[in-house]
Amino acid sequence: MVQRLLACTGCHGKDGRAASDGYHPRIAGKPAGYLFRQLRAFRDGQRPYALMTNLLAPLDDAYLQQIANYFATLKLPYAAPQPPRADAATLRHGQALVQQGDATRQIPACQACHGAALSGMGADVPGLLGLPVDYLNAQLGAWRTGARRAETPDCMAQIAQRLQPQDVNALAHWLAAQPVPAQLAPETPRPAPMRCGSMEGPR
Amino acid sequence: MKRLLAGLLGLLLTLAALVWWLNACGDGDLAGAALVETSPALIKRGAYLARAGNCQACHTPRGAVPYSGGRAIPTPFGTVYSSNLTPDAATGIGAWTPAEFRRALHNGRSRDGRLLYPAFPYDSYTRISAADADALFAFLRSLPAVAQPNRPHALRFPYDTQLALAVWRALYFQPGRFEPQAAQSADWNRGAYLVQGLGHCSACHAKRNALGATRDPMALAGGLIPLQNWHAPGLAGQPAQAVAALLQRGVSASAALLGPMAEVVLHSTQHLTPSDLSAMAVHLQSLPQADAPRERSGTPAPAQLQRGAGIYETRCANCHGQDGQGRPRAYVPLAGNRALLRDPPANLVQVVLGGAFPASTAGNPRPFGMPPFATELSDEDVAAVLSYIRNAWGHRAAAVQPLDVQRWRSSVRP
Repeated sequence: MVQRLLACTGCHGKDGRAASDGYHPRIAGKPAGYLFRQLRAFRDGQRPYALMTNLLAPLDDAYLQQIANYFATLKLPYAAPQPPRADAATLRHGQALVQQGDATRQIPACQACHGAALSGMGADVPGLLGLPVDYLNAQLGAWRTGARRAETPDCMAQIAQRLQPQDVNALAHWLAAQPVPAQLAPETPRPAPMRCGSMEGPR
Repeated sequence: MKRLLAGLLGLLLTLAALVWWLNACGDGDLAGAALVETSPALIKRGAYLARAGNCQACHTPRGAVPYSGGRAIPTPFGTVYSSNLTPDAATGIGAWTPAEFRRALHNGRSRDGRLLYPAFPYDSYTRISAADADALFAFLRSLPAVAQPNRPHALRFPYDTQLALAVWRALYFQPGRFEPQAAQSADWNRGAYLVQGLGHCSACHAKRNALGATRDPMALAGGLIPLQNWHAPGLAGQPAQAVAALLQRGVSASAALLGPMAEVVLHSTQHLTPSDLSAMAVHLQSLPQADAPRERSGTPAPAQLQRGAGIYETRCANCHGQDGQGRPRAYVPLAGNRALLRDPPANLVQVVLGGAFPASTAGNPRPFGMPPFATELSDEDVAAVLSYIRNAWGHRAAAVQPLDVQRWRSSVRP
């Protein structure tokens, strides 16, 4: 598969460990269900990024699933996080959102779905550690504006639309600053605080 | 003066009558056609024919319910939106009769008589037999109905008027039927029927004039697909066996079908029977090979070649080999690859910028892919490495200019 998937690792780094530019995310070790849904969403235009759409357009579901399975099995060590470029108050705000959410604004804690250790849950919910701050900022921003979408009910879009730009920034900086433990296994799925198409919908 | 005016008026009226008459030709008998009795076998045949015509590709937006319509087809004249082909009575073809469906295929008219835009390739579909049209209709009528109103086209004036369309049709469209050639084999005729009719190969593989009409559509001499900027090459004279295998698997030892054609393989050609693929290939092989006019000239400068060789060494040689030999069953060889030498070299630019996978097919379920270099290589870099491979290993072809790369970077795929 390594030889077949150089088209992926050209941008996403050797074995899908992420590129140094901070935008092409790590794909290695992400849950297979999550990766498959992303591949399918790119190919079918639900995640609008022409380069990925055109690249994947000639591939069928069976191959997309095999690609997802392959990268999901790659367990690579993470690099140490970059020192945070945000002030202490921002980081505290980010940490509070991740661990407690904000009940007054109906924002659940990230941990409620992405796991207590933020290592993901089951085959469909990705972990949130080891991601660059630029990538987190860009993705949360895209969820807010609707440029990134998932199956309905689109829980992540609903949550992101309740976030303010300063929330996104705080979340991104705190998450990106966390070290990644050597052993990082997704948690056993438990009920999410809201309905999520990307956890329930057909794969 | 009066006589001149009267003469002009008369001429205009004659022209208008001619345009009207040319458009009314070939409408067929709408009232007389009886309902076709449908059957599972007819539906199955219709499903196969829909594959052969790749109807789904245009009539389904990415990720949407098949045949529900609304896919944007970009054209130099604006955007055309495909229509809902599911049997919904209000928004699809649920209220259509087989005769009305035939008229749409054969004469480009909608149920209400409106003229259809030739982005729907009725200049090819006019050759589909009545029996095949009825099978297609039976298949479409068997699909689950989807209520999805058709989206109005977004064309510029005057292309958005029925009058402009009527004039265009008077100039460029002639309803017809497929006439088998007695001197040719049954295989050749079957191939010609599929290539010229349902397959609508000329939609991409023939040149178009300034008003979007295909020029010499039977010759399939190749052309640049507008806006998408992929070059659909001339199809004449290739060995039939290799072409049939390529259409089935999507790759061969020496070639890979990429870009828009990879999607055609995925949705259409890989599903066709070996005998139909072989017939199409036999027909294509027999087409007279036109001498391609050399559209570009200019030997690359030594500095550009040197720069290109350096990029090849670091970016390409790992897979395609120091000597462009490729790797069997994985990476196509570049040395001796005719596709590299074609003009315009648009596909090379597209593949280097955007990367590419061939289609996943039964014969090649896990294709090898090429990475995109759009974010890593500048226009000058892409031009240099392409000029290099077009002139290495005994190749001779015109230089690729950074301006070409810049132009083709901003392409759109529907």
